[in-house]
Amino acid sequence: MDIAFLLNGERVALTGVAPTATLLDWLRETRGLTGTKEACREGDCGACTVMVTDADGSRALNACILFLPQIHGKAIRTVEGLAAPDGRLHPVQEALIDHHGSQCGFCTPGFAVSMATAHKTGETDLDSALAGNLCRCTGYAPILRAAEAARHAPVPDWIEDDASFFLAEIPSGGADPQDRRGADSPPAFRPATADALAAWYDAHPDATLIAGATDVGLWVTKGLRDLGLVAFLSGCEDLKRIETTETEIRIGAGVTIARLLDLMRAHHPHFARMLTRFGSAQVRAAATLGGNIANGSPIGDSPPALIALGATLHLRKGDTRRALPLEDFFLEYRKQDRAPGEFVEAVTVPRQPDTLRCYKLSKRRDQDISAVLGCFNLTLRDGRIESARIAFGGMAGIPKRAGEVEAALIGRPFTETTLEAALPAFATDFQPMSDMRASAGYRLQAARNMLMRLWHESRNEPADIAEVAP
Amino acid sequence: MSVTHPLPHDAARLHVTGEARYLDDIPAPAGTLHLAFGLSEVAHGRVLTMDLAPVRAAPGVVAVLGPDDLDPMPDCSPSAHDEPLLAPGEISYCGQPLFLVIADSHLAARKAARRADVTSEDRPAILTIDQALAANSRFEDGPRIWERGDAAAAIAGAAHRVEGVIEIGGQEHFYLEGQAALALPQEGGDMVIHASTQHPSEIQHKVADALGLPMHAVRVEVRRMGGAFGGKESQGNALAIACALAARATGRPCRMRYDRDDDMVITGKRHDFRIRYRAGTDGEGRLEGVEFVQYTRCGWAQDLSLPVADRAMLHADNAYFLPAVRIESHRLKTHTQSATAFRGFGGPQGMVGIERVMDHIAHALARDPLEVRRINYYDSAPAGAGGLSAPRRSSGSAPPEGISAKKKTTTPYGMEVEDFMLHEMTAALAERADYAARRAAVAEWNARHAVLKKGIALTPVKFGISFTLSHLNQAGALVHVYQDGSVHLNHGGTEMGQGLFQKVAQVAASAFGLPVGAVKITATDTGKVPNTSATAASSGSDMNGMAVKAACDEIRGRIAAHLAELHQTEPAEVHFADGRVFAGGNEMSFATAAKSAYEGRVSLSATGFYRTPGLSWDRIAGTGRPFFYFAYGAAASEVVIDTLTGENRILRTDILHDAGASLNPALDIGQIEGGFVQGAGWLTMEELVWDAKGRLSTHAPSTYKIPAVGDRPGIFNVALWDAPNPAETIYRSKAVGEPPFMLGISVLMALSDAVAACGPGYPALDAPATPERILAAIDRVRA
Repeated sequence: MDIAFLLNGERVALTGVAPTATLLDWLRETRGLTGTKEACREGDCGACTVMVTDADGSRALNACILFLPQIHGKAIRTVEGLAAPDGRLHPVQEALIDHHGSQCGFCTPGFAVSMATAHKTGETDLDSALAGNLCRCTGYAPILRAAEAARHAPVPDWIEDDASFFLAEIPSGGADPQDRRGADSPPAFRPATADALAAWYDAHPDATLIAGATDVGLWVTKGLRDLGLVAFLSGCEDLKRIETTETEIRIGAGVTIARLLDLMRAHHPHFARMLTRFGSAQVRAAATLGGNIANGSPIGDSPPALIALGATLHLRKGDTRRALPLEDFFLEYRKQDRAPGEFVEAVTVPRQPDTLRCYKLSKRRDQDISAVLGCFNLTLRDGRIESARIAFGGMAGIPKRAGEVEAALIGRPFTETTLEAALPAFATDFQPMSDMRASAGYRLQAARNMLMRLWHESRNEPADIAEVAP
Repeated sequence: MSVTHPLPHDAARLHVTGEARYLDDIPAPAGTLHLAFGLSEVAHGRVLTMDLAPVRAAPGVVAVLGPDDLDPMPDCSPSAHDEPLLAPGEISYCGQPLFLVIADSHLAARKAARRADVTSEDRPAILTIDQALAANSRFEDGPRIWERGDAAAAIAGAAHRVEGVIEIGGQEHFYLEGQAALALPQEGGDMVIHASTQHPSEIQHKVADALGLPMHAVRVEVRRMGGAFGGKESQGNALAIACALAARATGRPCRMRYDRDDDMVITGKRHDFRIRYRAGTDGEGRLEGVEFVQYTRCGWAQDLSLPVADRAMLHADNAYFLPAVRIESHRLKTHTQSATAFRGFGGPQGMVGIERVMDHIAHALARDPLEVRRINYYDSAPAGAGGLSAPRRSSGSAPPEGISAKKKTTTPYGMEVEDFMLHEMTAALAERADYAARRAAVAEWNARHAVLKKGIALTPVKFGISFTLSHLNQAGALVHVYQDGSVHLNHGGTEMGQGLFQKVAQVAASAFGLPVGAVKITATDTGKVPNTSATAASSGSDMNGMAVKAACDEIRGRIAAHLAELHQTEPAEVHFADGRVFAGGNEMSFATAAKSAYEGRVSLSATGFYRTPGLSWDRIAGTGRPFFYFAYGAAASEVVIDTLTGENRILRTDILHDAGASLNPALDIGQIEGGFVQGAGWLTMEELVWDAKGRLSTHAPSTYKIPAVGDRPGIFNVALWDAPNPAETIYRSKAVGEPPFMLGISVLMALSDAVAACGPGYPALDAPATPERILAAIDRVRA
């Protein structure tokens, strides 16, 4: 494939790019820019963080699972590009030195880039902005002191300059399915619209669709798989739309988790709050809602919440569209109700008063995969439970509704007795597995207790460790 | 003087700009080849067939070496010659290297390594402590036992008794830079190795051994590591040996780095332990007798397990006087990764054992755990026994027979605790942290809250400084002063992020009265300083600082003698300060002095050497003086737990830590903050899980969770206990690499305290205290 992008202020055009070559490998091995580090090659440590800027703004991304075609038309800043060309350091770099924010220094380039990105975007929640960067030496305290110290320094002009970059002459979508292929370069498709994608995918149902690559990336970097024919969806602007009407919110499959998080702040703040623990800033900025649903993982964090909200999934194959309740999409472990050539186009969520509660349970609070994710959407009328939609992740081979639990609740008074009486139904709804994240027994116990958490919260009993002051 | 200044890390600017070169960043010559191991997928068995033809046929593959291609089979072990580079038929753990791929790219090597067709006769694997005990699978012929007095009788006669068992999980190092090595073949068969290692001399030794060369034919260089924590003391041997063999076989430079998953699957980790304990106390909780049985999983090869297990025994007392004590240590051999060095080196596990005992006693007697801890502390050293003016014990003296009836200052192994300062430190920390009031506030808060419970704990650390293998306590340095007055500094220590190079540069700069910028820090190089010990056991600054000071003092003395003669004064009257040299009324720049000495045909190059004095240690008997001195610290942590799920958070931690007269307070505080968080991670969220077949399930950061930024304490106050080390260390500083790690134990004990608020039972909380274990403990105390 042919791509063009801005690298540390310098225009780069590449031809014959292998579609699944990663930006990290290209930077380190081809370009000789070794400041960006590889430490996990799966998007979990942030040592490879780069700043990516386009018309939507700047964000930090993990270069290890970012395929080169994904950066087409964008501006990239690596750690080497944080300082001015004349060597003046970026304020976050100065602060990291002054506050002893580096020890071994291997994670430092990633931190510096994440910090510079937060500095540029004005992000003030540093715990969130830096949760995707692991440091094994410092205990983080000096890094945060550095970030705080740099907060009020102006954004250097050489960093601001990236915002003006736009490769108008090379649209980020390419319409030619017979894109150039080199000897090692299988064909790849870059549709600009959902229509183009639909037609092409219908004709190439065995192809792999790549949106944010936070999952597919690992097929390559860890599974060492050859993906064959691929399509990059990031050019499909129409898949990135969010449309809010009086009755529903329609969220395009290409909407990133970061945008979903922003969207949900207004509609379902507890969902948004849970999404702050979805991956990391780097992952949320890349991962899409469509990908999180379509990969069918039993531990994806968006489906249980959406199921609890009564979401409808919109699938498309060629010109044929169909809609189904989201929970019906998940058939069994890693098997979905999706025909070859069919793809997720959007999700619609009915507008409703917010009663959604989402409880994520993991070994580590941030950037961890859920052991259990419980989402509860109960509506009350006159003290009785009028409706209940409850869905869990991590409790079955698929994101799954707790039908028996719901049945044990609906129509009954919202009391501790009612909730306790519903607890045995969990064992009917779920037979979870034991794995490295949690045992089956613990999963079941925690899931039951999440229902009881609803009761405690309704009594204004503090039940969230994140809200306890020292 | 440059010492005591809080200067940044010497490479801080290089770190933040990405210029700092780690092993994989070193530009390699064209034609460099890349290596990957093919790994065993079973834990125990025998290879029946291994078809490497598909590997050889894979794109980019230059050569493939199997065990039959290596004769003799190189050994990677740092201790017992029991680690063949490639499994020679017998498979000892899941993840063991079976063959070596040499290819033209890292990715090609990794891809090809998965193509082998291996069949094996699988045998039952010994994976757990119980399985190893049942099979009597162990290193050494039986348990090591050290005792003083009759612990069993003391326990039997005590007014109160507690007993129990704690499981303590292992820990993955998760150095951000994975294992890596680069071999550059030289003329005449010589080899230059770049390695990410804490122990260049061992790499040199093992590579020379593998190549059948004298050590002088192999030179090893290490500029820095991207973290190590003990994980690069011996675990890099295999990569360096593989690169050297491949470089010799192909005549081309060869480079190897483990992919993270491979790294976690192949390399050893912190030893996990089970510790059984029985203790008898008086009515106040004062120990009369205590027994420990320590079981540790050492994995498939011996590696450093014996000294690790020894150090666990040596820290079974932590800060407490144990009147009658018996410690039994089982070093179990299992079909898992060979557990290895990790910050604390067994000390943390031993310490968790006695801290658990303190916690358990306090619970049984319904007393404040801190009070129980304090009444069991060693006695403060008698006036005159420590301090700067005290004469040091002569070296090699025998440990005292029995113990003083008056002073509780003798460790179970017979070494006197000469500068015990934890009474004062604990009092100071309790006051700073407002411990008593907060403990009351926690109880009051807990009474008002049903779902969430808080806990608080203050725990001490006393950690012994020195390698317990006494001959390792030596270090060398090489210093050059050039005729322009610039200084080239080299020593045997390695830089892994701890700031050793800067501290030692500060020592050198101070010796010459120069700003630290005048000193060029250079890569550790076996060609400059030979026969070095690993940078380990927290000894880096202590030993290399002294060796460098000796070298600098030698050169300074020569310059002084030269100038004294020139300016007709005494050498003692020649002073070096602020980049100037003062000699008999003359003042000149250091550069002028250096040039003058050069022109006076004075050697401006010197080696320095240091050996730690006064050590004598019988590890079989468990008696002697294994340590030069102790480093101390204390931490108070407050936590909150969620009784519905076991989720938890550190609300606040206050630390007071003893770094002696700090060489660099900023770097020392960095070690303390980082060590604490790493220690807390070990005991809370970092969980290693093997499946029933011995496969490591947690082999990537997606499943193995080290603390993230949000896991640091909400309030985190760290202060140095600023008192000179009574022992004659470099500028009276103290080692600070490992001791702070064990401050993290305060978190485990605070969690235990929080769980105890849920019901009458004793939590008996195992580590790591994951949400799941905490919820189980809550169920226990309520039962």
